[in-house]
Amino acid sequence: MGSLLLISVIKFVAYVSIVLVTVIMLVYAERRVSAFIQNRLGPNRVGPWGLFQALVDVVKLLLKEDIVPKNAYKPVHDLAPIISIAVALSTFAVIPFGNTIELFGTQVKLMIADVNVGILYLLSITSLGVYGVTLAGWSSNNKYSLLGGLRSSAQLISYELSMGLSIIGVLMVCGTLRLDQIVLHQTTYLWGWLPAWNIFLQPVAFFTFFIAAFAETNRLPFDLPEAEPELVGGYHTEYTGLKFGLFFLAEYANMFTAGAVITTLFLGGWHLPYAEYLGLSPTMLSILQVLTFCVKLVLVELFFIVVRWTIPRFRYDQLMNIGWKVMLPLTLANVLVTGAVMLLIQ
Amino acid sequence: MGSTGKIIRKKDLSIWQKSYIPEIVKGLRQTIAEMFKPKFTIQYPEERFKPQPSFRGRPVLVQENEVERCVACGLCSRVCPALAIEVQASETPLEKERYPIKFEINMVRCIFCGFCEEVCPEEAIVMSNEYELVFSSQEEAVFGKDKLLKTTEELKDRLEFLRQNR
Repeated sequence: MGSLLLISVIKFVAYVSIVLVTVIMLVYAERRVSAFIQNRLGPNRVGPWGLFQALVDVVKLLLKEDIVPKNAYKPVHDLAPIISIAVALSTFAVIPFGNTIELFGTQVKLMIADVNVGILYLLSITSLGVYGVTLAGWSSNNKYSLLGGLRSSAQLISYELSMGLSIIGVLMVCGTLRLDQIVLHQTTYLWGWLPAWNIFLQPVAFFTFFIAAFAETNRLPFDLPEAEPELVGGYHTEYTGLKFGLFFLAEYANMFTAGAVITTLFLGGWHLPYAEYLGLSPTMLSILQVLTFCVKLVLVELFFIVVRWTIPRFRYDQLMNIGWKVMLPLTLANVLVTGAVMLLIQ
Repeated sequence: MGSTGKIIRKKDLSIWQKSYIPEIVKGLRQTIAEMFKPKFTIQYPEERFKPQPSFRGRPVLVQENEVERCVACGLCSRVCPALAIEVQASETPLEKERYPIKFEINMVRCIFCGFCEEVCPEEAIVMSNEYELVFSSQEEAVFGKDKLLKTTEELKDRLEFLRQNR
């Protein structure tokens, strides 16, 4: 029991530090890739290739003055960024980033919390993220913030639906809510050669989930809650210093989690196809698997960033049209077809 | 497009086109291709921009055979829209008879329009290719003759350019 607790604490500490550093590096990556797409160089002064730029920016945000507007409702104004960051960080807890490994004679699962309803936990926690944004918009007592918060809540509610429904297809195929079991299910092969990743079994679900993930993370083409030309900064207009930093970090942590969830659910998680035939030692194999997970995650994040500079922002009615008239029927049809096909196979 | 303002399409969009997917793929290809193109950024303190002769940098006085060409006619001072130039004439035993005993350009006021260069009958004041102007006070920004004089060799490119393009 004691060792179990110790392992949990070690995993937790490692996880928080890794996630925070990765998120900060993600900000750097975003700035650098954006710059390259626009034929610029981007931050390249602080540290080698400007790698420390994002870290220095975090220090800058920490040192800035915290301004609360006179008419803002202070308790909620303070609470909102905390909700945002807490939600963003806790979603990552159920993501398995490697297979079960044996360390010092004990079986260690490479995930923080082995919850038997992993996906449900994930969905419920991500929907809590709306509270941070909406409360921030409301408590700022500013029309732009309020509009941003309202837009965000409307958007998240409409896209959460198709997100959840697209996951149902995956659940039907895998027959479990445990995320590690879902990944294990994806390590088999179809017809002996094609890895049974859910992207091949559930392409429509992958597609809809991916689009919904863009909307959930408030990224272009769905970044209406903070559409600069219309809403100044959206829900975080009235935030400065550390509290703004928390929102900023939460945004990128959400992006990171979305990438991790997509990798886990659809891209085979830590599974590297045919790696088990290489004849490596178990330790080497698990290191390879963790690396595979990281590489997949990085590729998904890069795609997120490239899309940001490719597609213009949707108009609000277009956004709602796509959400309710396209995504929802598509996901429902996907569930229906999946069920029918499974029935036929049996 | 007719004068009635009614939009006439060659054909309506198909479902495949309405799904945005072909256009998004096209756009993604474009953005990813841009990523690997060479960058044009000049990394300033290490690399410096070398202006063409047509560049209008800070105005300078042309120095030929150890004396300035300027005859202190005051036309530049008259034409300067920002009132940045102050000239005080005096006599000299040289052939040109007049010379500026004091010639000052206030670089805080100067707007780099190049009117002084255009109006000068002696080609005595020209725009150089210097663009790095830093002062720590208003007084320091007033450039006297010591800072303004430049030899013809230094200004060869600009003088050549003016000869060909004026």
